[in-house]
Amino acid sequence: MKFIRNLTLSAATALALTGTQAIAAGAEVHVHDVDFPFDGMFGSYDQMQLQRGLQVYTEICSACHGLEHVAFRTLGQDGGPALPEDQVFAYAEFYEVFDQALFDGEGDFRPATPADKFPGSNLSNAPDLSLMAKSRAGFHGPYGTGLAQLWYGMGGAEYITALMTGYAEEPECALEGEPMDGYYNTAFANGGFPASCKDEHGKHKVPGSWIAMAPPLYGEDIEFADGHANDLHHISEDVAAFLMWTAEPKLNARKEAGLTGVIFLAILSVLLYLTNKRIWAPHKGKD
Amino acid sequence: MGGIPHDHYEPKSNFEKGMQTRLPIIGLLYDTLMIPTPKNLNWMWIWGIVLVFALVMQIVTGIVLVMHYIPHVDMAFASVEHIMRDVNGGHMIRYFHMNGASLMFFAVYMHIFRGLYYGSYKSPREVTWVLGSLMLVLMMGIAFMGYVLPWGQMSFHGTAVITGLFGAIPFVGEAVQTWLLGAGAVGQPALNRFFSLHYLLPFILLGLTILHVWAFHTTGNNNPTGVEVRRTSKEDAAKDTLPFWPYFVIKDLFALAIIMVLFMAVVGFMPNYLGHPDNYIPANPLATPAHIVPEWYLLPFYAVLRAFTADVWLVMLVEWISFGIIDAKFFGVIAMFGAIVVLALAPWLDTSSVRSGRYRPMFKWWFWLLVADFILLMWVGARPAEFPYDWIALIGSAYWFAYFLVILPLLGVIEKPDQAPATIEEDFNAHYPQKADGKAAAQPAE
Repeated sequence: MKFIRNLTLSAATALALTGTQAIAAGAEVHVHDVDFPFDGMFGSYDQMQLQRGLQVYTEICSACHGLEHVAFRTLGQDGGPALPEDQVFAYAEFYEVFDQALFDGEGDFRPATPADKFPGSNLSNAPDLSLMAKSRAGFHGPYGTGLAQLWYGMGGAEYITALMTGYAEEPECALEGEPMDGYYNTAFANGGFPASCKDEHGKHKVPGSWIAMAPPLYGEDIEFADGHANDLHHISEDVAAFLMWTAEPKLNARKEAGLTGVIFLAILSVLLYLTNKRIWAPHKGKD
Repeated sequence: MGGIPHDHYEPKSNFEKGMQTRLPIIGLLYDTLMIPTPKNLNWMWIWGIVLVFALVMQIVTGIVLVMHYIPHVDMAFASVEHIMRDVNGGHMIRYFHMNGASLMFFAVYMHIFRGLYYGSYKSPREVTWVLGSLMLVLMMGIAFMGYVLPWGQMSFHGTAVITGLFGAIPFVGEAVQTWLLGAGAVGQPALNRFFSLHYLLPFILLGLTILHVWAFHTTGNNNPTGVEVRRTSKEDAAKDTLPFWPYFVIKDLFALAIIMVLFMAVVGFMPNYLGHPDNYIPANPLATPAHIVPEWYLLPFYAVLRAFTADVWLVMLVEWISFGIIDAKFFGVIAMFGAIVVLALAPWLDTSSVRSGRYRPMFKWWFWLLVADFILLMWVGARPAEFPYDWIALIGSAYWFAYFLVILPLLGVIEKPDQAPATIEEDFNAHYPQKADGKAAAQPAE
């Protein structure tokens, strides 16, 4: 038994230590945990929050960014914004899609239907947002071990929140050299970075980097129909939650299936344990 | 089987008798299922069943995924998203398949270290061990090619890095790399052939699994004492063994159920924890990810690959002796494959006459150091190639080779082993004291 315990422990440690992230060599970013309703084993999406996030996306993000993997009909599905059917139709019509079948095969634009997908990005340098929340990780710590992700999740939604709220005054060191293109953001890792903000070892003296996207959200720029708070932090969290849904629309169903599976398999384990104990008892002198 | 005397299959009904003279498949299944198995097997002997289960699960989920996946560079990524969003239960099937690879590697590493500790590789089980090593290499290939199929950023750039390894072979490297990729660079031909092989090779793995089982059914199982089952008479053998069904089937199923609880929790609650977020970005040849990192299960060998850089004196020496034919890059490739080769050669490198590590006082320490070393390599494989990680990787890799090439051969000579029990029965009864009349031991379960 000792052998198994040792090996299991060491293997578990290995898994945990490995995490999955290589630590970024230079840039350090500020991403803080946000208490999202879909965090953790029993977490699930808050329908109202997803609807608010959809509104933020529609009014602001969609000017440049697309959601090419997301079909309009999914807006009406359970475990999502769950809009009523007539609203899904009305919402889809608001977009135009290109249909190759129209105009004798030459194609033409027409209003979208629920069967269509959101259009792609309008700007070539604006990434598609369908999977943004799954293609970024918010946490790597502590010490690059990735253990925080066991408790807080991968942190994609936290990353988006941090990016939306991470615009800041340019640090003083940046004013010494050439003016930088873009906007200083404390959560963005992969952008331009002025040499004057690096120390002699090439280490960054300030977190984040310069991002091409202008600050998209300021707070109070959206009015929610339900009168929900619309300061910068709240709308950032709402749109981050919505993008988590676009990236993982089956999250609620998955967690339910996971819980059901865990419970049933646990019961099966108990039954097999008792069976095993019973059949071995005569041979172990315990009958 | 196993040269262990026991009752063989006796066909009873007319149908069975008829089958036995025409196609003795019922007899084969019966003898396989009822094989005498050492009764002192501990909980480390469950990983084989876990692996068979996981392999079958991977094949079944894989077949369903293939029904919806499109192996085209412009459509592969979107077809995976189609599976995740539109296919009924598709998100669960794909997460099972994705994390199933991790389950298989977790189980196989446990299985391998169990073999290393209890000397399961030693004569007469060398064939089982070498087959197992082959299966490990095959598994790595399958897992790697499967990771390429979603055609995300890590898929694409990982392929470039790994096929680039073959480009390091002197003289023919570039030709081999082009042959593997079907083109000068990673693209549609590579995706198509990786898809084809990712579907084919698991069935070869299944075939090797049958040979692996056949081999150890011929020699009989090893056990925690490393002492062989007595083959002197049927009565003696019966004191050391119990039939596989129901004793070990139920035991293994119990262990499997526990492991599936954990697996289900990973799939249900954190299915992307073991993956890499970058692979949710569609492949873009023009943008290389900041850090190209393989999946966790390949990291120890990836660490060995990167450990031998051009400034290591051994690498410089080899390069000088070989007139520059073996440069640092090729040396790394040799080291990575060599790390598995030395593992496969363990039966001939271990000189100790005692099989089980349980009775080898010095061996134990070196063994646990090897386990720690493996975990260390796994950790350092994900770090950037800079100080101090380069040194940690080098020391870790050096120990891996030293364990097999120096420590195992030497220990057999200098170590004074403890006394192993004379029989399996003695070991079993020491754990489970039998009643005074001693009749409990041979009773079948009612």
